[in-house]
Amino acid sequence: MILSPVLRRLLVFAATLLAASLAIFIVMDVLPGDPAAIMLGTSARPDTLAAMHHQLGLDRPATVRYLSWLGGMLRGDFGTSITYGVPVSRLFADRLALTLPLALLAVVGSTLVALGLGMAAVARLGRATDHAVAVFSQLGIAVPDFWLGLILILCFATGLHWFSAIGFPGWSGGFFPALKALLLPAVALAVPQAAVLSRVTRAALLEVTHQDFVRTARAKGLRGSTIMLRHVLPNGLVPVLTIVGLQFSFLIAGAVLVENVFALPGLGRLVYQALAQRDLVVIRSVTMLFAAFVMLVNLAVDLAGLLLDPRLRAAR
Amino acid sequence: MLFRIVARAALVAAAFLAASAMEPAFAARTAVVVGISSEPPGLDPTVAAPATIRELTLWNVYEGLVRLDEKGDVQPLLARDWTISPDGLTYTFHLRPNVHFHNGVAFDSGVVKFTLDRARGTDSTNAQKQFFEPIDRIETPDPLTAVIVLKKPAGNLLYWLAWGDSVMVEPKSAATDRTDPVGTGPFRFRDWARGDHVDLVANPDYWGAKPELQTVTFRFISDAQAQAAALKAGDIQVFPDFLAPELFGDFQKDKRFGAQVGTTSRKVVAGMNAARKPFDDVRVRQALMQAVDRKAVIEGAYSGFGTPIGSHYAPSDPGYVDLTGVLPYDPAKAKALLAEAGYPNGFTATIKVPQWSETTRSAEILQAMLAQIGVTLNIVSSEFPAQWLQDVFKGGNFEMTIIDHAEPMDIGIYARPDYYFHYRNPAFDDVIGKAEATADAGARNALYGDAQTILAHDVPALYLFDLPRLSIADARLKGLWKNEPIPSINLADLRWED
Repeated sequence: MILSPVLRRLLVFAATLLAASLAIFIVMDVLPGDPAAIMLGTSARPDTLAAMHHQLGLDRPATVRYLSWLGGMLRGDFGTSITYGVPVSRLFADRLALTLPLALLAVVGSTLVALGLGMAAVARLGRATDHAVAVFSQLGIAVPDFWLGLILILCFATGLHWFSAIGFPGWSGGFFPALKALLLPAVALAVPQAAVLSRVTRAALLEVTHQDFVRTARAKGLRGSTIMLRHVLPNGLVPVLTIVGLQFSFLIAGAVLVENVFALPGLGRLVYQALAQRDLVVIRSVTMLFAAFVMLVNLAVDLAGLLLDPRLRAAR
Repeated sequence: MLFRIVARAALVAAAFLAASAMEPAFAARTAVVVGISSEPPGLDPTVAAPATIRELTLWNVYEGLVRLDEKGDVQPLLARDWTISPDGLTYTFHLRPNVHFHNGVAFDSGVVKFTLDRARGTDSTNAQKQFFEPIDRIETPDPLTAVIVLKKPAGNLLYWLAWGDSVMVEPKSAATDRTDPVGTGPFRFRDWARGDHVDLVANPDYWGAKPELQTVTFRFISDAQAQAAALKAGDIQVFPDFLAPELFGDFQKDKRFGAQVGTTSRKVVAGMNAARKPFDDVRVRQALMQAVDRKAVIEGAYSGFGTPIGSHYAPSDPGYVDLTGVLPYDPAKAKALLAEAGYPNGFTATIKVPQWSETTRSAEILQAMLAQIGVTLNIVSSEFPAQWLQDVFKGGNFEMTIIDHAEPMDIGIYARPDYYFHYRNPAFDDVIGKAEATADAGARNALYGDAQTILAHDVPALYLFDLPRLSIADARLKGLWKNEPIPSINLADLRWED
């Protein structure tokens, strides 16, 4: 039986998730560090440690803990945080309310900038604009995002007092204050991403401009901007889209340094803190959700690729 | 067309920025935003050890029978006064009347009994359960009298009862105090946005003097640069325990801020494993101590803030003796001692170092100083708390290490046979035993002086310095404690003054 490409991708998705859950559990279990000892400090006694282990369910065998975790997740229960004492799903949802808009803002910003720069560079190949774009992308790649964040804080928060240096007021306090709090961190995250992406865009578009159909379009006497927008851009978009997908996944989990600089309660910091405290429940479940999310994004990018490029639709 | 869209967008953005710039830079005069470096894991100091829990809640949300003042002396709190029987075995506390928990439950002797029985019970996860070990039973002759009867004298009982581990909790709410703390203090818990902040509000029914502040927000900012930026941008108005000494000088010069250098109970010490060669030889340990210039360590590791210590005792703790002169910096003598111990050419050792800046920098300076007497120190990082607790503390798998010991009055750890230094000295154990059984403060402090002296000569660890409490506050905010005798941030005295 030949599976449709979509169904095949969904099956691979499910199998990868199960494998990821096992890998995550094993890694977390062999990681040195006892959450009970961390909670009770250097004066902990064997009896208080035992009481804490029992309270946290750490005195059960590993297989039982794995299966109960897996079973819980299938029912939508991701466990209760060891340090916070609240459900992981609530922590995850709270953090996602910051991380998702932040990542979206950064990705949309960086994509728009990168597409503009990429197109401009290709349109004026070898001329000043092209060189300026090259310099920007060199600089953007070299500058770490957290450092850029610090510079932005120095300029716009402690200097001009236009923005708060730190924190996130939450969406309940209104859309604009929340958006404003995300603006500087989004810029800090977007610039290095835009730098990478503008290179990718330039290379991808450049390749398309050498294709026959572009020459045909030119021969038809179409204007340069029309050729760029109608013929070059759509055909050069597949590799760009793949990188955007990767960048988005990275921003969901990898914004931790920028989150630290702006003291934002994002997902990256949740995991970082949980790791330091050995909050195994949080790390495991959030890593799992991350994995699922990244796989979902990849799946979406794959499916979008199928839509964009009919040649990929043929089952290989 | 495009130009018009851009222009319009720029106008909207400008209006938006202008509107937000008009927000007051500082909060109203009954509100304050306090910055702290790390987020507490739960808000119940009776079930977990981290100091941040106490900084947020002790004497703000929760109260104990007694408290400490800024000098570290025990003062009445929920107990108005007390008497101690001549044999030191019976403590009778007379409780304050008309005290209620934030949920309306009355505070009485039954609560005292519940709290202490919970702390010493079989299911207890109290981080200082040993405090309650000497207790035989708690009697409640009437609602306003609680009698603690001991099995053996415990001279430090009152002091221990002032700690966060001993605050009063009531039966209905105790189980949920971690997420929804209920105490008798001047502030009530309102909200905890995890990863971001905790909000407290003034308790209108407080039994004592009402605090001037109406709302207090604790913000968690771990990055030192972000701490400084948040202060300068006015996002927070006070940082009681600023962790970046290299940035502190800026604030000392800035008129908008009040910057104070106080004391803490946090002692930076480089422990040695006395169960391993060559650290089992007291001469080797003494030689290493004499190779260390404490002043230079403080200069390099903490920008010159901090007090040199000669033993495991904070200068702010009662009974402190300055013993930095016992084994002073003297590289020539150190080299001679090392030769006498059989290491004329020195030796190589590994030091396991947590990731904090003060320990990392101290270790690097120690490495350079010990190199002068021929000792090669290899620095290996050890993630604190997780890895360090398992590997060094519990596993004893180390030669040297360096951490700050945060607990006040914890010199007794050297009498614990299983403690990570593996230091054994019956004479020391004897002095500590006597001190812990002595109720008279003067006599007890003298004994603690003897204990400090023994350690200053035996040096189970290299005693380096006592960490300062670097606090920064808006210059108009008054009443912040300069010193920190015990992990806490006392909010009740904070007030705005113009």
